[in-house]
Amino acid sequence: MNDMTIPNPAEAARVPPPAPLGMLAELTHRCPLSCPYCSNPVELDKRSGELDTETWKRVFSEAAAMGVLHLHLSGGEPTARKDIVELTAHAVKVGLYTNLITSGIGVTREKLEELATAGLDHVQLSIQDALPDTADRIAGLKGAHEKKRIFAGWVLELGLPLTINAVIHRANIENIEPLVNMALEFGARRVEIAHSQYYGWALENRRMLMPTREQVMRAAETVERLRDELKGKLVIDAVVPDYYARRPKPCVGGWGRQSLNVTPSGKVLPCHAAETIKHLKFDYVTERSLPDIWANSSAFEAYRGTSWMKEPCKGCPRKEIDFGGCRCQALAITGDPEQADPACSLSPFHAKIVALAIKDAAVDQTDYVYRRFGGVPDPRVTVTHNNAPVPAGPVD
Amino acid sequence: MTEVSSDATPSLPRGVRLRRDEVRNQWLLLAPERVLHPDAIAVAVLERCDGVRTVSAIVDDLATAYAAPRETIETDVKAMLADLANKRVLDLG
Repeated sequence: MNDMTIPNPAEAARVPPPAPLGMLAELTHRCPLSCPYCSNPVELDKRSGELDTETWKRVFSEAAAMGVLHLHLSGGEPTARKDIVELTAHAVKVGLYTNLITSGIGVTREKLEELATAGLDHVQLSIQDALPDTADRIAGLKGAHEKKRIFAGWVLELGLPLTINAVIHRANIENIEPLVNMALEFGARRVEIAHSQYYGWALENRRMLMPTREQVMRAAETVERLRDELKGKLVIDAVVPDYYARRPKPCVGGWGRQSLNVTPSGKVLPCHAAETIKHLKFDYVTERSLPDIWANSSAFEAYRGTSWMKEPCKGCPRKEIDFGGCRCQALAITGDPEQADPACSLSPFHAKIVALAIKDAAVDQTDYVYRRFGGVPDPRVTVTHNNAPVPAGPVD
Repeated sequence: MTEVSSDATPSLPRGVRLRRDEVRNQWLLLAPERVLHPDAIAVAVLERCDGVRTVSAIVDDLATAYAAPRETIETDVKAMLADLANKRVLDLG
């Protein structure tokens, strides 16, 4: 009898996690814009390391079979991939709801029409501001705003539903109403007023992006009022700025619980910023299947559920509501990814995050560190900024 | 609140899909960044929202199919359609 395999109690008790609802496919990190709040990591994947067409198609098939519903085709700029139409058509074929998250730059009308014919479900277009000059300066590309306006027109002509996504920060927080009006004018059915989340490039630029608490309060009132006024015409979804919050956001709906993220090189992450947690080991779709990674990857297991928690999360009645907030933010502010998200007022680090926000909001500077390949420029290299719109690409 | 006329011809716009989820064994209404869970009655209504049939015809059809009082069905269907139109996942036509 001793030779019989006795199930390891931990293994036997392990229930496979429910299937994810959404997948973010970062098809490429290449992008014509250089927005300083980009959620991509500071170290971007190069084109030479990107997954090939067949691998992405296999990943989409696996995602659909395991129960993923929404596929977000993102980047960088996803249309920078030559195979974007083929990839979209395949995703549609396997039953995924396809959402193109685009800057609208570098996409021809012909390409968009091919995507529409391939069955693309929805387009999400980013807008940097309601004023063209500021918008172009934020995007780091002169003329970008006008190109976006033209692109939005094509989306409408082709009968595709449109969402406008506006990342909100100090330079445009006073322009929420004009931004919402612009979304209406563009023919959007939905607008995302998404306050910048401070990871990746946004964390590098926090001093240049952070609004004051008063600005955030006013912004929330504006959103509430507009939501009421535009009911039935435009859906307004808001992503809150959590440095000034009392309760943390349920980041990605709970770690390894609802969504996953595949990077251009095929690394599978529980969220955008997970790579900042250095001790985690991530798996690649080129080495393991997507369902295997979702169920068994140590990086997904690390903070899935609530058993990893310590106080104040462990005994908190909200632990199944917000799942302790964001692990990456806990790490960035407290140095420990198992801490409660400091956005929570119960965190011993809450005063610290509020103080950081107040300090950064008082900085009178807008010399952004623009998103670029090769990471953040060496501070010892002098960079001259003249506050004028800068051309695409590296700005130093 | 959106008023739903009996003559309206509701339909699901592009970007909104009613589909069966075989993995979870349930019906879903998929919309941008949204997953709605229609119950059996809601599915019956949504399946009839083809942009051709009027609300009035849909109500008649359901009253027959479910052998239920027409007035009750009409109130429920109109409330549901108004809610979905406010969420921008249904065109009233």
